[in-house]
Amino acid sequence: MATPELTRPELVCPAGTPAGLRTAVDAGADAVYCGFRNATNARNFPGLNFTPEELQGAVAYAHQRDAKVLLAANTFPPAGQTALWKEAIDSGVALGVDAIIVADMGVADYAARAHPGQRLHLSVQAGASSPEAISFHVREFGIARVVLPRILTVAEIKAVHDQIDCEIEAFVFGNIGMMAEGRCALSNYATGLSTNMDGVCSPAGDVHYEEDEKGNLATRLGPYVIDCFSCGENAGYPTICKGRYRVGSRADPYYAFEEPVSLNLSALLPDLMRAGVTALKIEGRQRSRAYVRAVVSAFRAAVDDVLAGRDPALADLLALTEGHKQTQGAFRSKTWR
Amino acid sequence: MAIGEEGAMGAETELTLGPVLFNWRPETWRDFYFRIADEAPVGTVYVGEVVCSKRAVFFEPLYHEVAERLRSAGKTVVFSTLSEVMLKLDRKTVEAVAGLPDTVTEANDSAALWHLSGRPHHVGPFVNVYNEDTLAVLARRGAVNFCLPGELPLTALAAMGNAAKTLGVSLETQVFGRQPLALSARCYHARAHDRTRDSCLFVCNEDPDGLALETLSGQRFLAINGIQTLSHDYLALVAELPQLAASGVRRFRLSPHTCDMVAVARTYRDLIDRAITAAEALDQLSGLGIAAHFANGFAHRQPGHLWVNGC
Repeated sequence: MATPELTRPELVCPAGTPAGLRTAVDAGADAVYCGFRNATNARNFPGLNFTPEELQGAVAYAHQRDAKVLLAANTFPPAGQTALWKEAIDSGVALGVDAIIVADMGVADYAARAHPGQRLHLSVQAGASSPEAISFHVREFGIARVVLPRILTVAEIKAVHDQIDCEIEAFVFGNIGMMAEGRCALSNYATGLSTNMDGVCSPAGDVHYEEDEKGNLATRLGPYVIDCFSCGENAGYPTICKGRYRVGSRADPYYAFEEPVSLNLSALLPDLMRAGVTALKIEGRQRSRAYVRAVVSAFRAAVDDVLAGRDPALADLLALTEGHKQTQGAFRSKTWR
Repeated sequence: MAIGEEGAMGAETELTLGPVLFNWRPETWRDFYFRIADEAPVGTVYVGEVVCSKRAVFFEPLYHEVAERLRSAGKTVVFSTLSEVMLKLDRKTVEAVAGLPDTVTEANDSAALWHLSGRPHHVGPFVNVYNEDTLAVLARRGAVNFCLPGELPLTALAAMGNAAKTLGVSLETQVFGRQPLALSARCYHARAHDRTRDSCLFVCNEDPDGLALETLSGQRFLAINGIQTLSHDYLALVAELPQLAASGVRRFRLSPHTCDMVAVARTYRDLIDRAITAAEALDQLSGLGIAAHFANGFAHRQPGHLWVNGC
């Protein structure tokens, strides 16, 4: 149903490559987010991301079609290496991106001081999960929008909204990690590559698949077995927080942190829009163009349906979720915790 | 580097005791601090619930008694705040701790920074201080001591040390105990017992050093502590201390476990005072009956589970 308090949310979509960016814009994205091809962004994967020249073209393409470009510079520079991040901020500003997504306080402070007019968003990697934490970043760095951690219920998002002086962006679809963003060193523990400093989670170079004589397939990250699949089971990519493990008190292995599921909040769209969320974010800069086209188109139609008072049809999105399993995570109910 | 080189490690180097991360019985917790007060050669003791606001209610009635006992023994007492702040109870708990009069507080989340900015405070290892710029941002707002994130390598610490010296703030790093690796909104202790966080019945108190998590092939991997995930192994920075000191780290933090923490503190004090060698220190720590390996990989920019010899 259409209600007067519904405002049109910005649909923020992933762009892993220039082609992916054009796909997302053409499919109806109001904004796309992307990063430079180095450790300054949290999806530092081989073959992904943008050179400054590519970003320049991407900004022109998006702006010609009234879409915004958000630059993710949302990792944490280790001491002695901050120059690369400052360079990313300076380049982004020079290329005319609409906002820069930051997590590190030093990077945020640099951006705010060196480029006072530049719009800044606070990355989910900053882990600002309370009105006080968000307000701290608004006060100190002039943050205009916070990307909320995926751990709050819709009711809690509404409560946060009423207590802060900046916009809210919330994840609605895609891969959902189980650990608080920006506060997880599990990949580094197993592989020596850090999510916070290097922008990688479960780096592909440390992933191993091993089949035994019975056809069972074990997946490893570094030296650690993350899961084991019997013949015919669909083996998932080994991510520590979605693996199966043993504890003394349980007879059988279990998903100690979370099942391998994807976040799909399409059913909660009207509630999120009523909670005062300014922007809806789709995860997946590492995904294919076909995936981006399908998800962005479906959400574009769904948001427009909700605004027009129609029931959104989103059943097809299930086919795109991880292992075809989906969750509403913490958003519906706190019993998830 | 041999101990004594650079002349950076000695009497001015302080041992600290981090907050108890686990849900110990309140009387065990209190008696632990009493013994630390009486016997452990540590200068600063961090007290307070860092992991779960639901647990804090058990320890709050004991804070005054414990803090007084520690202060009478000449220790500096610092109150640590929650590492994850989301629920109403979390927020109230942080505000209450940050508002304690005549108390130094360690912020473990930016919610605490909101309350503490403008007056002297510590910044704990759960705040992402990875570089000299963030150090400066927070120093300008009143931070005087930083316990740095565990995954920062020694090479980055040197750059931090130079900045800390200029800013007039002190640096601290954990050198002993399980390594905090992740936080979550979900309680994994409750999940292991098919409960939810709201109905947990405080089952985390069954595992005073954390719940060991093994891989399907039997590798000892992680340890669960409520919403926190730690390494199964114990961090033991020993041979690295001179380099840490040369980088400007003045405080070495021991993270409490059920093993004899007074013995751990004495070993580290002797090591700092050059009464024993790194090899002897490691022998002593190995003799404490800890059912886990030692690791030091993060310091060497290696996977955190690795043991890298020497320095």
